[in-house]
Amino acid sequence: MAEQDWKTNKRTFAAVSIPTLFWVIVFFLVPMAMVWLYSFGENRGLTEIAISGTLENYKRATEWLYLTIFGKSFAVAALVTLICLIVGFPVAMAITFASEKWRPWLLLGIMLPFWTNLLIRTYALMMLLGTQGYANKSLGALWEGASWLKTLVGLQPLPTWEPVQLLFNNFAVVFGLVYVHLPFMVLPLYAALDRLDRSLIEASLDLGAGHFRTIMRIVVPLAAPGIIAGVMITLIPALGAYLTPDLMGGTDSQMIANVIERQFKKANDWPFGAALSFLLIYAMFILIALQSMRRKVPEIH
Amino acid sequence: MALFARTPVAPLEYSRTLWMRLWVGAVMIFLYAPLIVLMIFSFNDSKRNVVWRGFTTKYYEKALGNDELIEALLNSLTIAGLATIVSLALGSVAAVMLWRFRFPLKGAIDGTISLPIIVPEICLGVAFLMFFSMVSWPTDLVWPFNLAAITIAHITFCFPFVTMVVRSRLATFNREQEEAAKDLGASEWQVFRDVLIPHIKPALVAGALLSFTLSLDDFVITYFTSGPDTITFPVKVYSMVRFSVTPEVNAASTLLIILTVALTFVALKAQGVKAIAETH
Repeated sequence: MAEQDWKTNKRTFAAVSIPTLFWVIVFFLVPMAMVWLYSFGENRGLTEIAISGTLENYKRATEWLYLTIFGKSFAVAALVTLICLIVGFPVAMAITFASEKWRPWLLLGIMLPFWTNLLIRTYALMMLLGTQGYANKSLGALWEGASWLKTLVGLQPLPTWEPVQLLFNNFAVVFGLVYVHLPFMVLPLYAALDRLDRSLIEASLDLGAGHFRTIMRIVVPLAAPGIIAGVMITLIPALGAYLTPDLMGGTDSQMIANVIERQFKKANDWPFGAALSFLLIYAMFILIALQSMRRKVPEIH
Repeated sequence: MALFARTPVAPLEYSRTLWMRLWVGAVMIFLYAPLIVLMIFSFNDSKRNVVWRGFTTKYYEKALGNDELIEALLNSLTIAGLATIVSLALGSVAAVMLWRFRFPLKGAIDGTISLPIIVPEICLGVAFLMFFSMVSWPTDLVWPFNLAAITIAHITFCFPFVTMVVRSRLATFNREQEEAAKDLGASEWQVFRDVLIPHIKPALVAGALLSFTLSLDDFVITYFTSGPDTITFPVKVYSMVRFSVTPEVNAASTLLIILTVALTFVALKAQGVKAIAETH
C-alpha cells in the first residue's frame, strides 16, 4: 500500500510532524547553523565575537600544521577500519554459520562491550597497557622464554627485558580505537552475511573452489554493501574520535577532535574551532557521498 | 545423527572449524580481558593497582562514600532515563511520519533527522556549547532542572536511533491490519495504541536500550554541554582517570558494568536475545 498524502489526513500528520520538526529545527539545525555562522567570525576582545564573513579561519585551517593533523586523523581512522575489517570478518562469518543455539550468544558477546561505557573500556585498556600492566608482563615473560630457549641451544641469552612503552603513543591510539570500534564493524558485516544465499557458496565449493577463493570471489562481492556499511560505521566515529587519542595518545597523537576541543576549552578561539568542526563535517559528507555514488552503480547480473 | 557422538564438520559450518574457533576465541578474549582485569583489580588491596596484594572491598566503600561520584551517577541515570523516554516518543512519532505520509521536502527532512547520527560527537558538542551560551541558558537551576541542557543534547542524538529501529520494524507491518481495525470502528488513536504500538514493541525495547546506553555512555557532548556545577558519571570518571588511576575508579566502573549487564539481561528477558539482535 502506498504512502498516504499528508493532505488527506492533516490532523494525524500534524500530530506526528510538529514535535519532530520542532525538535530537529530548534535543537539541531539552529545549533549547527550557529557553528556555521561562527566559522565566518572573528574574536573581538575576550568574549565578544563578531560574525564578519571573514574566511580567515578556513585559511588558517589549511596551514601545514592543521593539514597534517587532518591527514593523520584520516590515516589513523583508515588503519583502524582496515584492522577492524580483517579481525571482524572471520568473526562475522563464524556468527553467521554458527548453530541456532550459539548464534544469539555470540552476537550478545559482541554487543555487550558495545553497550559498556566507552570511558570504562578505554580505562580498562589503559590499565592493561601501562608499563607495569599485564600486556607488558606477558611480553616480558615471552622474552624470558625466548632467552631461556636460546641458552638451551647454547646461544647467548637475550639482554634483560625492558618494559616497552605501550601507552601514550600512536600505537596505543590505534589499538584503543580498534578495541572500541570492533563491534561496530562486526554487526553490519553479520547482517550482510546473514542475508547471503548459501546455495551460492555451496555451489562454489562443489565446483572445486577452495574456501579462501570462495570467500574472496563469492562471499565478499555479495556482501559488499554490508562491508561498505561496516567500513562507514567504523570510519566515521574513528575519524572524529576524541576520548581515545586524548587519554591514550602521546603529545604527537593528537587527532582533529582534540584540536577542536582545545579551541573551545583552552585556546578560547571559538570561530577557528567552528571552522575546523565544519571542515570535519564536510569530510564526513564527502565520505557518505562517495558511498552513495558507489551504490548507484548498476549491478551486473 | 544419533548414531554418531560427533557429526563431521560440514563445508558451511565455518564456526566449527578449528582456526575459526581460535579466531573467535581470541577476539572474545581481546574484548573481555581488559574488562575482567579491571573488575578483578577493583578488589585489590593496593593503591597502585598493578600488583595483586590481597582481597578487599574497601574501594567499594570509598566509591559509595564518595558523594560527588554518587551524585554524578544519579545525574547520569536521571539524564539517561529522561532522554530515553523523550527519545522513544519523539523517535516513534518521527518514524510513523516518515513511514506513513508523503509530504513536500520528505527526502530532506528524512536526511536531516538521521544527520545527528553522522555528525561527529565533537561537532555536536561544540554546537550545543554555542547554542546554550547564546540563549544564555540558566546554569544555576535546582535539581533536576539543571540537567535539562544535557538531557536536550542527549535526546537530539538518541532519538534518530529510535527512529531508525522503529522504521525498519514498521516496514514489516501489514497495513491491512490497520484497515481492519478502522473498519471495525477504531479511531486513529486507537489504531496507533492497540495495533501499531504492539507491532513495534520489539523495536521500542531495542530503541530504549540503545538510547539509555548511548546517553549513559556519552562523554564528549556532555563535557561541552554541562555547566560548571553539573557533573555526570563519565565526566567524573574522566577527571579521575586524568588525574589519578585508583582502584576507586575500578570499583565505580565495575558497578556500572554490572548495571549495563543487568539492563541487557532485563531487555533480553523482555524480548529474547534473537529479537534484540535482529533489530540492530
